[in-house]
Amino acid sequence: MSEDYRGMWENLGLDLVAHDALLEVLGTGYGDIYLAQNDRPEGMGYFDFVMSEVHGLRIKELMDEKAAGRKVIGSFCVFVPEEIVRATDATLVGLCTGADFATDEVETLLPRNTCALIKSAFGFKLGKACPYLESADMIVGENTCDGKKKSYEIFNELVPNLYVMDLPQVKSVEGRALLKAEYLRFKEAVEQLTGVTIDAERLKSGIEIVNNKRKAIHRLTGLRKADPVPISGLDALLANQISFYDDPVRFTESVNKMCDELEQRIEKKEGVFSEKTPRILISGCPMAVPNWKLPWIIETSGAVIVGEESCVGERGARNLTDDSRDTVEELMEAIVDRYFQVDCAIFTPNPDRLEHIVEMARHYKADGVIHYGLQFCQPYLMEAMPVEKALEEKNIPTLRIDTDYSMEDVGQLKTRVEAFIELIK
Amino acid sequence: MRNVGIDIGSRTIELIVVEGGEVIESKQADSGFDPMTQAGALLEGVGYDHITATGYGRHLFELALDVPTVTEIKAYAVGANALFPDVQTILDIGGQDSKAISLNGSGKVAKFEMNDRCAAGTGKFLEIMAHTLGYSLDQFGVGALEAKNGMQISSMCTVFAESEVTSLVARGEDRRDIALGLHRSVVQRALSMLKRVTVKEPILFAGGVARNPCIRLLLEETLGANILVPENPQMVGALGAAILGGKSG
Ligand code: SF4
Ligand code: SF4
Repeated sequence: MSEDYRGMWENLGLDLVAHDALLEVLGTGYGDIYLAQNDRPEGMGYFDFVMSEVHGLRIKELMDEKAAGRKVIGSFCVFVPEEIVRATDATLVGLCTGADFATDEVETLLPRNTCALIKSAFGFKLGKACPYLESADMIVGENTCDGKKKSYEIFNELVPNLYVMDLPQVKSVEGRALLKAEYLRFKEAVEQLTGVTIDAERLKSGIEIVNNKRKAIHRLTGLRKADPVPISGLDALLANQISFYDDPVRFTESVNKMCDELEQRIEKKEGVFSEKTPRILISGCPMAVPNWKLPWIIETSGAVIVGEESCVGERGARNLTDDSRDTVEELMEAIVDRYFQVDCAIFTPNPDRLEHIVEMARHYKADGVIHYGLQFCQPYLMEAMPVEKALEEKNIPTLRIDTDYSMEDVGQLKTRVEAFIELIK
Repeated sequence: MRNVGIDIGSRTIELIVVEGGEVIESKQADSGFDPMTQAGALLEGVGYDHITATGYGRHLFELALDVPTVTEIKAYAVGANALFPDVQTILDIGGQDSKAISLNGSGKVAKFEMNDRCAAGTGKFLEIMAHTLGYSLDQFGVGALEAKNGMQISSMCTVFAESEVTSLVARGEDRRDIALGLHRSVVQRALSMLKRVTVKEPILFAGGVARNPCIRLLLEETLGANILVPENPQMVGALGAAILGGKSG
């Protein structure tokens, strides 16, 4: 990243020293994990570029948007409906929560046994290292797990523009009514923030942009069914991660372009790993940038990841929003319907997720499932046990991993993952 | 065909030479602070056709010597199977880690569990506790077997358990009773790991801690089952690696 951005970062109030340190670690990690891979699709060049400019050009674009009067909204969860944000020409960015930062400061505000994702969100704020967080005109929190819900009470003291969305915990008629009421309230809040009134035409176009992005991701995931797999799990994960903050239209084009290339690879039976490489499905907590630890361990241990049952993956991107209706009311219903299907572990009971994992394992011809839970994440760690049991009853080998963002358990994880791969071979 | 298996663990390194299905040599050394040098020294003068490395240091070894590797899990399964062909379950408690493995009918790994990052419930835990109570490691299990009433030790964490032990000693409790309590807590931990992979007989107990008579007895009592302990319980991984004969996992 060039020096030109320093002024911009300074204006955003970033701590330049801490920020430099972060970029350095990010750059090294990216080189070691991403650029070290073999036979990457050429189309990944775009994503490498976006990644290299993650705090540079992309932030500059957002600043330009802001200068033109459009807003930036930050979110921590796939329940925040991007369609509504897009309908006002605002940009929704997923806030990265995939690295430890300023942990000692974080632990003056949060208990040590809080999941790494929540701690990371606080760390980037306290350490003044995230330009997305600082450029956001509105930050949306959501009442999902207890950790997030309670931590937003504290986060509210740190940022001037937190908006908290309530979410249901049960897939009932009342639950859906709550989601709808909250989406209507959110729509009003976004309208107020942007000064734009959302009419049917705007909402339709918002839905179209977001649906196209999802369709491109679906196309990409579909290609991973092939053997040999034309793209590594690490690269596919990166595309998913970038979908949270890149310009959606450009992102869609780039993914589609890469898919053309991948289709040619499949035709020529070319892959990133040889045919018959053991295939793994990952399921569990979301992996935000730059959390590449477990996928990296898996793909350097002789297996390939063919799918992610995760919010940064299929749980987040599956299902389109129906855009065939003509009124704002009907389109809002369609949005509610689409999001109400997200099978996050904060729902109780949550049988859909279990079914989806089994379905994905079959669909992507996975030889085994690795369940990834973040330490101290109650919802996913609790679901891990029944997930493991159900999968094993269906003769799908399963490995449960709980870990965090630190590197100290890499050796141990590698042994477990390698042993699991030996087992499914 | 002469095959070598080397198991580079966090505390000790074992090396086994197998020829025509027979073990013709076995050696052991401490890992020390420079396990690669130690491993190199063990290997000195040993001739072989194939070598396979296992244990936590296997990848360092792989880098240094370009040899195939296999995880401890698979190495133990293969080694255990060679020693006792119908074994179903393996419990290994080593210096700094422990694992439970269940095998399917054909001796393949069906499921496994490993301890998490801390040393609770491993050989290291027993070693520190033995020291705190003034036992040699060899005598620790023997002392515990002499206890009349075992104490309840509530801390699993090595650091907390140590201070708990210190305060029990200060209260004048018999150290044999404390020792038994500590052994029970290690067995509890092992059992919960075993139960996650299912416990089917015959059960093989391996690793340095398998030398401890009190742990063996407590395991047999609580499981209500006979436990097989190989003559050299620390060699199972190296044996498995040797049998794999230059094939990686
Ligand atoms: S896992 Fe649940 S809380 Fe987290 S981003 Fe996904 S839907 Fe939101
Ligand atoms: S990882 Fe788990 S605990 Fe952490 S924010 Fe997500 S749902 Fe909550």
